[in-house]
Amino acid sequence: MKDIEFKILENREIARDVFRMVLDGDTSEITAPGQFVNISLPGRYLRRPISICDWSKNKLTLIYKVVGHGTEDMSYMETGEYLRALMPLGNGYDIAAAPENPVVAGGGVGVPPLYALTRKLVEAGKHPYVALGFNSKEDVFYEDEFRALGVPVNVATVDGSYGKKGFVTDLIGDHSYAFSCGPLPMLKAVYSRVQDGQFSFEARMGCGFGACMGCSTRTKDGYKRICKDGPVLSWKEIVW
Amino acid sequence: MVDISTELSGIHLDNPVIPASGTFGYGREYWDLYDLDILGSISIKGTTVEERYGNELPRIAECPDGLINSVGLQNPGMDAVIHEEIPELAKHFHKPLIANVSGFSIPEYVRLAEAMDAVKEVGILEVNVSCPNVHGGGMAFGTSCQNVAEVTREVKKVTSKPVYIKLSPNVTDIASIAKAAEDAGADGLSLINTLLGMRIDIRRRQPVIANKMGGFSGPAIFPVAVRMVYQVAKAVKIPLIGMGGVSSAEDVIEMMMAGASAVQVGAANLVNPFACQQIIEDLPELCRELKIEKLSDVIGVIV
Repeated sequence: MKDIEFKILENREIARDVFRMVLDGDTSEITAPGQFVNISLPGRYLRRPISICDWSKNKLTLIYKVVGHGTEDMSYMETGEYLRALMPLGNGYDIAAAPENPVVAGGGVGVPPLYALTRKLVEAGKHPYVALGFNSKEDVFYEDEFRALGVPVNVATVDGSYGKKGFVTDLIGDHSYAFSCGPLPMLKAVYSRVQDGQFSFEARMGCGFGACMGCSTRTKDGYKRICKDGPVLSWKEIVW
Repeated sequence: MVDISTELSGIHLDNPVIPASGTFGYGREYWDLYDLDILGSISIKGTTVEERYGNELPRIAECPDGLINSVGLQNPGMDAVIHEEIPELAKHFHKPLIANVSGFSIPEYVRLAEAMDAVKEVGILEVNVSCPNVHGGGMAFGTSCQNVAEVTREVKKVTSKPVYIKLSPNVTDIASIAKAAEDAGADGLSLINTLLGMRIDIRRRQPVIANKMGGFSGPAIFPVAVRMVYQVAKAVKIPLIGMGGVSSAEDVIEMMMAGASAVQVGAANLVNPFACQQIIEDLPELCRELKIEKLSDVIGVIV
């Protein structure tokens, strides 16, 4: 974990209240998709944990939704400005544990970390199928980017304004192993449809690196900190 | 050469900077970040007799210049701390530790003190009578002179290590509680614990924290902490460890001028895990600028 300074290369709205921020800085310590960064913002005491959407050498892509004061501040930041982030944080997804044909199931602002995950799965020779859920047409993002990875992609919207009307779970079919990230009700629904998988959880965090016990949660394997031992928990250990 | 060392009850500290209990765990999250031996000491995560999961989530609420936490003393219990956590920490930190302990009854405080008395790595026992996040313990003891005196007396009977009572700021007159602890035999005092606080999510019409209230810490409480350290320093003769929002070398010196012999850094570690390292690096230069040759000379200089 390092406190790294990044230069903003791009920060623009790609769907309703959803922004993509591309940053220039040291990404060499990232070990797995599903890890996150904790961003320091002027005038805000706590950092903001944001999942890593994708990375390459010295380039980091984040996608975040404006949900409060901190993410609103971020949305006003401009190209050329700098920000600091503690990173990489969390365990991330375990690619090696994936079967040949997993489903990658994401909902809303839970979709971003699944992009690098899917890329890594493809690079590892696996054949993931991507199921994405959003509330409405104006909330949809990254469908084309996922397709460009050469994987089948299906989209559902709750109001039926784009893709299939319904939920991510309506797109899963008979897949038995899921990689998932999204709002809690969605994770729970995906969990009950499959027999195994890896699920990424959100939590209100204090430090983001395991020191404060602010996001400690019960699992079948004992107490785990979402920030440090997670955010990805395995299907087998989750307690709802 | 500036001398930034200090002393607590005969224990020499290379510098006054100590990570505060509950913000540094048992060191695991920090020992890969920097050499822990640069620290004056470490106050370990509050330890109870039995393992505790703590409170429901959410446990954290952000505030202007601070945060509210309601962790509820999550810890693996005294046996695991003594046999697993402290031995691991001792591989990375080779100076006397401060063992922060919390009980739910006098006999529990006594058991904790007896157990920690036998741990060679422990230099000071910090008795938490002020946790705002657990019911039926913690703060219930810290808000009455009589209870504080009784805990102090009973703990002193079973340990030869210096006993520091960690005081709650959530009282009408902290000086009288401090005096009660001193009269009962306390070797020193740690102050302040967090201020009881609350935030409400006005859109959901619900408290932000599951436990409704929690402990408010961070730079926002620093002026309150300085004031209380100053008041207590005027009321007692025993050494004080000052804390509450300390985030910089300037804050450390301000706290010492108010009367603290050493200083704990809490919330700052959570937003900048390198905070203590930075403060220790900054102290000598700041002392030179302030024409302080020996940092301990400024303890309690404010009359």
